[in-house]
Amino acid sequence: MIQQQGNRFFFNVDWITVLIYIALCVIGFTNIYASVPHNDANAAFDFSSNYGKQLIYVISGLILGLSLLLFDGRLFNVFAPFIYGGTLVLLVVVLFIGRNVGGNQAWIPIGSFRLQPSEFAKFGTALLLARYVSTFNPKFRDFKSIFIAGIIVAAPLLLIMLQPDTGSALVFLAFMFPLYREGLSGYFLLIFLGMIVLFVADFLVPTAALIIILIAIGGLFIYANRRKQKLIITTVFVTLIAIAYLFLIKIAYEKVLAPHQRSRIELMLGLKTDNKGAGYNVIQSQIAIGSGQLTGRGYLQGTQTKYGYVPEKTTDFIFSVIGEEWGFLGCSVVIALYIFLLLRLVNLAERQRSTFSRVYGYSVACILFFHIFINIGMTIGIIPVIGIPLPLISYGGSSLWSFTILIFIFLKLDSNRMGFI
Amino acid sequence: MEQLFNRKYIIQGLFIVIAIILLAKLFYIQIVSDKAFVAAESNVLKKKFKYPARGAILDRKMRVIVQNEPVYDLMVIPNEVKSFDTLALANALDISVEEVRKNMRKAKLKSNYQATPFSKQISVQSYARLQEIMYRFPGFSTQDRTIRHYPDSVGGQLFGYVKEVDSADIARSEGFYRPGDYKGKSGLERSYEEMLRGEKGVINTVYDAKNIPQGSYADGKYDINAVSGERLISGIDIEVQKLGEQLMNNKVGAIVAIEPASGEILAMVSSPGYDPNLLVGKSQGNNYMNLIGNPYRPSLVRPIQGYYPPGSAFKPIDALIGLQEGVIDPNTTFFCPHYYQAGNRRIKCEHFDGSISLRRGIARSCNTYFCYVFQKLITKNGMKNQRLTYQDWRDKVAKFGFGDKLGVDLPFEQKGYFYNSDHYDKIYGKRWGYTNVISQAIGQGEITATPLQIANAMAVIANRGYYIKPHLIKAMGDKLLVKKEYVTKNYVGIDLKHFEPVIDGMQDAVNTAWGTAILSRIPDIILCGKTGTVQNSRGKNHSVFIGFAPRDNPKIAIAVIVENAGFGSTYAAPIASYMVEKYLKGAISGNRIAQAEWMKNQNLLPLLIDKTKKAKLTKADSLIIRKTDSIKRINDSLKLKAVTAKRPLSAQLVKKPIIATKPESNKR
Repeated sequence: MIQQQGNRFFFNVDWITVLIYIALCVIGFTNIYASVPHNDANAAFDFSSNYGKQLIYVISGLILGLSLLLFDGRLFNVFAPFIYGGTLVLLVVVLFIGRNVGGNQAWIPIGSFRLQPSEFAKFGTALLLARYVSTFNPKFRDFKSIFIAGIIVAAPLLLIMLQPDTGSALVFLAFMFPLYREGLSGYFLLIFLGMIVLFVADFLVPTAALIIILIAIGGLFIYANRRKQKLIITTVFVTLIAIAYLFLIKIAYEKVLAPHQRSRIELMLGLKTDNKGAGYNVIQSQIAIGSGQLTGRGYLQGTQTKYGYVPEKTTDFIFSVIGEEWGFLGCSVVIALYIFLLLRLVNLAERQRSTFSRVYGYSVACILFFHIFINIGMTIGIIPVIGIPLPLISYGGSSLWSFTILIFIFLKLDSNRMGFI
Repeated sequence: MEQLFNRKYIIQGLFIVIAIILLAKLFYIQIVSDKAFVAAESNVLKKKFKYPARGAILDRKMRVIVQNEPVYDLMVIPNEVKSFDTLALANALDISVEEVRKNMRKAKLKSNYQATPFSKQISVQSYARLQEIMYRFPGFSTQDRTIRHYPDSVGGQLFGYVKEVDSADIARSEGFYRPGDYKGKSGLERSYEEMLRGEKGVINTVYDAKNIPQGSYADGKYDINAVSGERLISGIDIEVQKLGEQLMNNKVGAIVAIEPASGEILAMVSSPGYDPNLLVGKSQGNNYMNLIGNPYRPSLVRPIQGYYPPGSAFKPIDALIGLQEGVIDPNTTFFCPHYYQAGNRRIKCEHFDGSISLRRGIARSCNTYFCYVFQKLITKNGMKNQRLTYQDWRDKVAKFGFGDKLGVDLPFEQKGYFYNSDHYDKIYGKRWGYTNVISQAIGQGEITATPLQIANAMAVIANRGYYIKPHLIKAMGDKLLVKKEYVTKNYVGIDLKHFEPVIDGMQDAVNTAWGTAILSRIPDIILCGKTGTVQNSRGKNHSVFIGFAPRDNPKIAIAVIVENAGFGSTYAAPIASYMVEKYLKGAISGNRIAQAEWMKNQNLLPLLIDKTKKAKLTKADSLIIRKTDSIKRINDSLKLKAVTAKRPLSAQLVKKPIIATKPESNKR
């Protein structure tokens, strides 16, 4: 305990992660500032504007993060079920008293501030999942453990789907990776990948051709393994499910998805072009980013974002401001910072002695990863428009604070890595 | 456990793969493709053009002869237009409601978001009416620009006209011109387009997504101020030009007056002419079609495109070459039996003088004298070498500016016809001699020239041996630049001493009782000249006069051609004398004022000829007379002209009215 004499609270904190955190917040603030015109040099700093508010969020976020370091890490383990339960309650409450913004019943107004429970649900889910895995130490070889873990993830996911906020709900799929790390079969990931590939293929290739291709692949596989009877049965079974899945997609696509979601998918796949309607956001965002070229137009020199050609430029499309004003170099720096953060978080998670900390760390990294991939992918047109924020950079208090909580709790757990939780 | 630990690398690997995918796509849209950059510029940048004023043109006394006046284009941005009072707009613009709707549809087709012309060149009055009610028409705006104005209403063919560029112009200019720009299409407006047009200004304005202007782009770094076109100073004396057009009123023909010492063109009349103001403004299209359809072809620039045999005006050149070659001297006389016998044909002469000298031969326009001179010139190297000697003679005459373009600063100048030996080889084989081409001695036969070439030959005589390429613009811009070719002297290879004997004859032609143009004598001024009467197979003779004045240190050389007007002395010579007097003295004096007025009122327009019928005849004739001598070969040469390959349209128009002549009836 000699080491703890110096500074008990901040001892062993991974300051590199904190620095990256601060760097990303500063990048966020400066680009939100740049996303609106500043023609009048004399204009005072305006706290009612987005950038003004974001400055408050960043400072309060940092205070919140640092104060989380004061807690005893074990508290989060103990209170995990309550925090999870609390966020579920909020998710139910928001469906009744929530404010509808942009078609999503996602916001609970508290004074002038609006709380977005789905942001905090990720944190609650991560805690409970970590608690479950650390307590029962399942290896996810049996149906029961997979089922329980599935329920923990699915409950908030379904509640969020009811808002309906598909983007936030999708992020919950990130929990697949911590479970995979803890022993879940890699086949689940492959099946998931296969589902995405088939989904995309179903739009680009006629269904009949796809079925023939599937049967051909199955046939070849059977021929190669013709001595192993068990594999043959499995292969036939998988092929039949895949074919059924193709038809299910068609039906689900028509009946379940809303028209705007359908058109976003079709636009992303290049099945239709629409410069004015649903395609406008993506096209303008790509124009803004593309016009940045190698070095960008220079800070505050962007025109596309500043003059309103890119909608939602402070929140979901903040990356187009970076792309336009900082160019390919700026984009590369931001992506490199993110990847460094993600790799660092995974490395930190791996050095934990406690399973709780490790599972939680993986959850944080993978939630961030989903956000980053989906958000940037959306602004450059490789993923359909899904409205989720870019972590720490997009404007918004709820999202900034929830990421702060996610990261700083992990840092606290990490600082206690020698102990047993 | 060891196995599960390795899964870390799979997850981290996934992170890196995804990052690379993102960066690859970014690399493509930011660096590989510049589509996005172009699209971004067109999103926010709107260029507004400021049209410069075209350069003004002044005459030699610094009077403005071409200037600008303001007009306004009404522009519209269709998607900003709200429903408006169509009738009020129609009334303000003086157009019908249907036209308003039609223009609106057209503008929408062009662009919904950019300002497109709704009504072009609206008058100052319409503009004033419109300004009062403009607030009721959001989306409409006015763009000011200038159009040409010609205060004296003369010189249509010289100045040419300015018109909006068409798609061919834009393609040819490789992007310099844009739709909506104007360009000189003919005349001086065309040949000095690059000086006159100035530089277009551009204002780059940034617009936001709601199409609200957000100030200038890059602090105006890429904005360009409009620069007015350069001023041109012409050698024209507008008063003389105006008098010339009045004198040629209701006549077909041309006048060219040149200041011999400088080559500056003082007046250049093409008749019938037209008011250049007709080809300005809204009714340009209609008026243009009317001009094109006019059977007297006012669109033809006769001084540089009309082909006329020089006729007797050619005789002084014969004399000069004869003197230079030594085949005659100033005292040589020939006996004129009232005709000249060339082989089996006779060229008649109008007068009985018996033995006639050079001086008198010029003054009396003796055909016989100059046929002898020509005969001597072509046969001086022996009968067998006539073909080569002819070519030598032809080249010496060509130095006076015949048979090729003079390089005047007007577009579409024509060469005239003046054939080499090769041409006659094709007709006669290698065996031909002076008798076959004798009609050229008196400026007939195959030789044709533009009035400008004829006047230029007169400038050579006035200068005693050289000419400067005739030109309309003597100085360009504030620096008064002059093209080098317009200050260079072109010597014709005749010694100074040979000019005075010839000029003596030309002085006598106007100033002695036996001269052909005595009626055109100007008090106090020695006008030296030569009349010509060129027979026209399709109607009355053409009246021709060439001359210069004063005799010493000449200030003006002039050629006048009046088609179908009869004797040179009756119309062309007096017209020339009025022009000369006006230029040298500033006004016509005494009873010559009344004579000039009488001249202005003469109507000598020829009866219109059925062209289709004539064309057939020409062809048939030419087949029969293909191998006869030059005197009978005029129609043949007409046919040859008709088959001369691809020429500009304007040149094609020239061919038909070319006047076939028969030397027998070439008088004086």
